Amino acid sequence: MSRKYDVLVIGGGNAALCAAISARRGGASVLVLEGAPKFYRGGNTRHTRNMRCAHDAATEILTGPYTEEEFWEDLLRVTGGQTDEMLARHMIRESKDILNWIVEQGVRWQPSLGGTLSLGRTNSFFLGGGRAMLNALYLTAERLGVAVEYDAEVTDLVIEHGMFLAARLKRPIKGETDIRATALVAAAGGFEANIEWLKQYWGEAADNFLIRGTPYNRGSILKMLFDSGVQQVGDPTQCHAVAIDARAPKFDGGIITRHDSVVFGIVVNKHARRFYDEGEDIWPKRYAIWGRLVAAQPDQIAYIIFDSTVVTSFMPTLFPPIAGQTIAELAGKLELDPAALEKTITEFNAAVRPGTFDHTILDDCVTVGITPPKSHWARRIETPPFLAYPVRPGITFTYLGTRVNKEARMLMKDGKPSANMFAAGEIMAGNVLGKGYAAGMGMTIGSVFGRIAGREAAKHARN
Amino acid sequence: MHGTRILDEADRLMTVCNSCRYCEGLCAVFPAMEMRRAFSDGDLNYLANLCHSCGACYVDCQFSPPHEFNVNVPKTLAVARAESYAAYAWPRALSGAFARNGLVISITAALSMAAFILGFAALNDRSVLFGVHTGPGAFYKLMPHNAMAALFGAAFLYAILALVMSVRAFWRDIGPPIGGRADRGSILQAIRDAGELRYLDGGGVGCYNEDDKPTDRRKLYHHLTFYGFLFCFAATSVATLYHYLLGREAPYPWWDLPVVLGTLGGIGLIVGPIGLFAAKMRRDPALLDEFSYGMDVGFIAMLFLTGLTGMLLLVLRETAAMGPLLALHLGAVFALFITMPYGKFVHGIYRFAALVRYAQERRTAA
Repeated sequence: MSRKYDVLVIGGGNAALCAAISARRGGASVLVLEGAPKFYRGGNTRHTRNMRCAHDAATEILTGPYTEEEFWEDLLRVTGGQTDEMLARHMIRESKDILNWIVEQGVRWQPSLGGTLSLGRTNSFFLGGGRAMLNALYLTAERLGVAVEYDAEVTDLVIEHGMFLAARLKRPIKGETDIRATALVAAAGGFEANIEWLKQYWGEAADNFLIRGTPYNRGSILKMLFDSGVQQVGDPTQCHAVAIDARAPKFDGGIITRHDSVVFGIVVNKHARRFYDEGEDIWPKRYAIWGRLVAAQPDQIAYIIFDSTVVTSFMPTLFPPIAGQTIAELAGKLELDPAALEKTITEFNAAVRPGTFDHTILDDCVTVGITPPKSHWARRIETPPFLAYPVRPGITFTYLGTRVNKEARMLMKDGKPSANMFAAGEIMAGNVLGKGYAAGMGMTIGSVFGRIAGREAAKHARN
Repeated sequence: MHGTRILDEADRLMTVCNSCRYCEGLCAVFPAMEMRRAFSDGDLNYLANLCHSCGACYVDCQFSPPHEFNVNVPKTLAVARAESYAAYAWPRALSGAFARNGLVISITAALSMAAFILGFAALNDRSVLFGVHTGPGAFYKLMPHNAMAALFGAAFLYAILALVMSVRAFWRDIGPPIGGRADRGSILQAIRDAGELRYLDGGGVGCYNEDDKPTDRRKLYHHLTFYGFLFCFAATSVATLYHYLLGREAPYPWWDLPVVLGTLGGIGLIVGPIGLFAAKMRRDPALLDEFSYGMDVGFIAMLFLTGLTGMLLLVLRETAAMGPLLALHLGAVFALFITMPYGKFVHGIYRFAALVRYAQERRTAA
């Protein structure tokens, strides 16, 4: 007979480790099964850098208060109301204490990073980034006596009438392929690295998507749970997607492939035509819409075009901009129709009205008479060299997930709560995020629901 | 493109890191990097010498190997740092001494110690060399004080000259436009940062050496070594003052200031280098600059030898072993002095200059 654990955690990222630590602190014996090898442990947490938590006053690292109500309003805005208000408000309330709780687990905060000052009031940054945060959680978990196995891919879940019994492993651990536990916490991420699954909803376009994070989030646990009668939540095409450099690797390119230069230029598609207002709102608020916008363009490709006067206005980039002394030369390098690009830029330049440029506010630099307009920060593109970044949709994580209640307990198709199955992190993010994204939300969902899931799973195991 | 392959790699990494910035809270390297968008040879040598090799940015990096971006900042900067010592060495003709530094140091030390032994034997007869000498002036029965002072004074002055010329070249390459001088505040800040090894702490949690746990104790061993060296230097300086100002000749009783300072320093110079050597043996090969192994170990060994022979001399100075031990100790110290500008010793000088520059940049930016 193999050992039976009180709580089995499947997954190895922020949500999984918060669940494991909180279950262990609740008195449970805990095993963490991480499907990836040790270096790649932690799923997308490796690539994160901050967390959005509500707080009533400025702290050493946060420049001012961010109330529960303001957090809620931000969430309402980015999701367009597609959120479970009860769960979301619960998460926001719990996020306040996470600021302290996560420090007790060894994670260290720092003020917002250079180039991200706009997040300095709302988001707490991890000293050393997401992998440092993860390393701290693993050290704490191991110190508390949580067992961790790497390369531990789960191939099947034994679930009867909404009751978890055992997980089956691809590779036996100490001779055992079946791991039994009194309670399950599923924290194994979304399915964004499973291109075939994405294609079910996106068609061939998904072949042109780049996956910003771990190649291990293939949604296998999510699918097993659905097949065992767990209720789905969320639109399968919804995800956190941004525009990233088209030259980035297919998987795991992380933060350094992003571009924050959209507001300083124009964005054209493969026909050299603009397709959206680049100056709609302050950048962090609109950052997360550009992945979907590019996904909707032909061949899922677009080009941020700007001139040499704005190069130092945004963070340095991993991939250098493509340059041309003339618009036509640049178009040639981008394999765009030179005449079409010249026409677009000429029309844009003619539509720019004089104003006082200030990228920190919604300034008065606008275009008149073109569609779509650029409603702020519009300046002529006229000083060579002309520069461009090619961009593609970069998928961070998907929102299709398992429905949960306030205890992070999964709900079955008939609406009844599962006896002993809990979920946390990206695998249930769709409960809160129907669409859209605001920086740091993924980690809030992971830590808050991870902590709750671990606590509730331990409580179940003890009873 | 830069002058060397390692600077090309350092440039690639700084471009990766500058578009990420997750590590900016760990040490001085990353904030200094963020003040630039492009990197000259001098900038990269500056960043390389600013790095204390705490290892935190490697353990914390989501792009470190086996990731395809292959980001290994500590190792790359360690290699660049070692190459920068050779690049700025004075006179240029001796920069080759860094290439096979362990060998150069060992040969110099062996020759120097042999020279003192043979010199003592040639100048003194057996009864003096192996005789028991006590009381003031005992050491000078084997080698006249003025000869000793002249020889070591010359070696010391040469070392100072060579170091000053080298660090001047470094400073010009990394510093503000020619003629720029370090201000008092920046120098004081750098003395504080170097004195407490502020950036050898993994951003507060501790350093990494053999694995991904912040359990490294190099900071402690470095403090023992560095302050041990300073105490020994102070002991020699006080003894020199005693000799010329008070007319009091060595050896001094155990409770006297030069001996107390020398004993404390000697203990530091024995324990510290052993700890540093053990840490180097355990270091994760991924972080280790294997090309500099000889240089690092050579310097550690020289400090250890200096401490060990000094302590043995103190303990056995009233026995027949005093003569040979004095020769060994003087040989070790002489070799340490003349190889100073061409070995790992320079790391302290270059890092201090980099810390001054960093303090200056922070003041300018503030």
